[in-house]
Amino acid sequence: MEEYLPLIWAALIGTAVAMYVILDGFDLGIGILFPFVRKEEERDVMMNSVAPFWDGNETWLVLGGGGLWVAFPTAYAVIMPAFYLPVLGMLLALVLRGVSFEFRWVAKPSHLMWDVAFAGGSIVAAFLQGTILGGLLQGVEVVNRQYAGGPFDWLTPFSIFVGLAVVAGYALLGATWLVMRTHGPAQEFGRRAAIPLLMAVLGGMAIVSLWTPLTIDRIAARWFSQPNIFFLWPIPLVTALVGFLVFRWLQRGNEAKPFFGSVALFLLGYLGLMISTAPYLVPPHLTFWDTAAAPSSQLFLLAGTVFLLPLILGYTAFVYWMFRGKIRPGEGYH
Amino acid sequence: MELDPVMLARIQFAFTVSFHIIFPAFTIGLSAFITVLLLLWLRSGEEKFHRLARFWTKIFAVSFAMGVVSGIVLSYQFGTNWSRFSEFTGNVIGPLIGYEVLTAFYLEATFLGILLFGWNRFPPWLITLAAALVAIGTATSAFWILAANSWMQTPAGHEIRNGVAFPLSWLEIIFNPSFPYRLAHMLNAAYLTTAVVVLAVGARYLLAGRHPEESRTMLRMAVGMIAVTAPLQLVIGDMHGLNTLKHQPAKVAAMEGHWDGSKAGALVLFGIPDEKALKNHYEIAVPNAGSLILTHSWDGKYPGLTSFPENDRPPVSNVFFAFRIMVGIGMLLIAVGFWGLFLWWRGRLFDNQFFLKSVSYMWSLGFIAILAGWFVTEQGRQPWVVQGLMRTADASSPVPGASVASTLALFVLIYGIVFSMGIYYINRLIHAGPKGEATAAPEGLPNRPLSAAEEAAREATGRQPGTGPGFSLGTSKE
Repeated sequence: MEEYLPLIWAALIGTAVAMYVILDGFDLGIGILFPFVRKEEERDVMMNSVAPFWDGNETWLVLGGGGLWVAFPTAYAVIMPAFYLPVLGMLLALVLRGVSFEFRWVAKPSHLMWDVAFAGGSIVAAFLQGTILGGLLQGVEVVNRQYAGGPFDWLTPFSIFVGLAVVAGYALLGATWLVMRTHGPAQEFGRRAAIPLLMAVLGGMAIVSLWTPLTIDRIAARWFSQPNIFFLWPIPLVTALVGFLVFRWLQRGNEAKPFFGSVALFLLGYLGLMISTAPYLVPPHLTFWDTAAAPSSQLFLLAGTVFLLPLILGYTAFVYWMFRGKIRPGEGYH
Repeated sequence: MELDPVMLARIQFAFTVSFHIIFPAFTIGLSAFITVLLLLWLRSGEEKFHRLARFWTKIFAVSFAMGVVSGIVLSYQFGTNWSRFSEFTGNVIGPLIGYEVLTAFYLEATFLGILLFGWNRFPPWLITLAAALVAIGTATSAFWILAANSWMQTPAGHEIRNGVAFPLSWLEIIFNPSFPYRLAHMLNAAYLTTAVVVLAVGARYLLAGRHPEESRTMLRMAVGMIAVTAPLQLVIGDMHGLNTLKHQPAKVAAMEGHWDGSKAGALVLFGIPDEKALKNHYEIAVPNAGSLILTHSWDGKYPGLTSFPENDRPPVSNVFFAFRIMVGIGMLLIAVGFWGLFLWWRGRLFDNQFFLKSVSYMWSLGFIAILAGWFVTEQGRQPWVVQGLMRTADASSPVPGASVASTLALFVLIYGIVFSMGIYYINRLIHAGPKGEATAAPEGLPNRPLSAAEEAAREATGRQPGTGPGFSLGTSKE
């Protein structure tokens, strides 16, 4: 049992992070798209379409961060100082953006400041999340189980590229969300924005898929050595296929399919990253097992999680179900 | 000048956690108050309880929102600023924080939605149940956080292997020696602080001749609550102090300004501690009273600051003055409680202008006392981050001072903007007062706690956003 505990926790935290990326991804995407919409009414519809969900979505970030500390304290203690500036910058961006959901309505008609805070906070948070991911993929300098690099090690051309790709990815989720959940000009805008964003995301995924094996040997070995390559070759193929389907659905005027297709793209990308880095939690030095908390600590929290996590998932699903359907102009949420 | 990363990290954490604690302290008390109001409404059917519950729920929503956003930051700061602490304590404290997220965070978020948006949708008993569950959720959150903090003050149930703490007994870790006292002291502080705010708001309305019926109810409930919780806080505080003397004597020595442990302790009412001369200047003290309080004997001995090596002493002045601020406010609130009771008995509670005027300025006192109390207990633990096990200087992250300083500046800037706006809206809400008729709840459903803050604040500012086409969001298919 004990040797499986780190794997169970890695799966749980992986799930929390995936939930976060997809759920907060689409509402951050709405913020990223904000500057490209000029009309106040359209911005209102966009913000309203995610308003009931965003704070529940962000709870997964707390679970991801808190879970990392509980289950893998050493990884938490290395990653947080290594990404000190982007982590705290991201949190501050999320604070500004979070309160904008409220303050923007209160401040009307002089709400420009909170429009800027909402868009700026969303863009900065998404970009910094991407740079953290990029920096982590490249590897973190560790000596004696402690971070041993400088304050800007994470800032490289590669991490900046991943940051931009994540901004585009969240924007794609936001745009397809609008296609699914709104009518009229907002939906039209989502459909128009989704096509170039889809291209950018597919291009970004392709470039990351080439950039990482070309510069990082362990990732090349993981993908291109035998027999791995025989099992792994379908992944890029399926990704390309899903990308093509999303494109077709957008062109044909499907409403819900593009969003779920974009989610599938994210999950495929996530799977690819897991394959590249597992079993390292802090590449290239620390694995799941190196950084795991004491078994009794992992077990103590797991006992509660087994009951509480299904409850949380059930509640989240319930809320999304209650808010199903289109946002129509003139219907009052606010 | 070289920036000291440890000192900067301490300032940054003190700043963010101080800002944060104000809001949970208030929402713990307020959710309990709202639950009581709703229960009274259910039992008596009197509309004033309903109006009061709705009024305070709006203020609760704004406060809760700010507690949430400032709390998310803290859960990451343990790692960014205190990575060596995180690794050292992760096995022991980590699960406690994990349980806080799973048991309290989700409970609050779930039922808060019903409390905020369910008024026109669900029966009163369900709203009341939701309020009770939110109150339980906030108190549960305090339970886990204070268990973690208390373990840092009085660690138990663990062993150290390879420089890392490992759990031996979860019961001993959670119910460590200082935990019951700290939990009681903090929860009681939250209820007392909230009662003082309610009292000040009620007095403000009475002075202005507004909402007389609601104000009287608020005044009666607040005076009753203060008359019980303020003296109770003194008793709990005394027990907490004796517990601290047993486990963290250096902290008590700093609180008392007690330097020489070979002599009986005086009760220092005022003084200026001098850490170089090892004495207090301008001291006004009651001889032997310190020994009487702490040892319950006229010339009982307890350790003085010089009983500890210089590098094991906490910063004396900060602890000394913060303790006096906390106790001074506590005494003042005890007096307010009895003064209010006396006026109530004489039938003058609602028309004694001097009393009303005085207490209308006191709304912030509880918060100041809570902050001062936390300054005492956290600075009094120094130079340790985990008493006796890990020094603060060894707990920090390998991060340069400039990184900490620049993010500290950003925290001050952004928190300054966000929180001053939030407090401005709360003040506008109080100014607007309880509404006579039930305002239509937004067509919302649970899990949107923050939007009630928005509705509330809009009501407070008296502005209505545009209702033109495309503005709103529906919840149903057509």
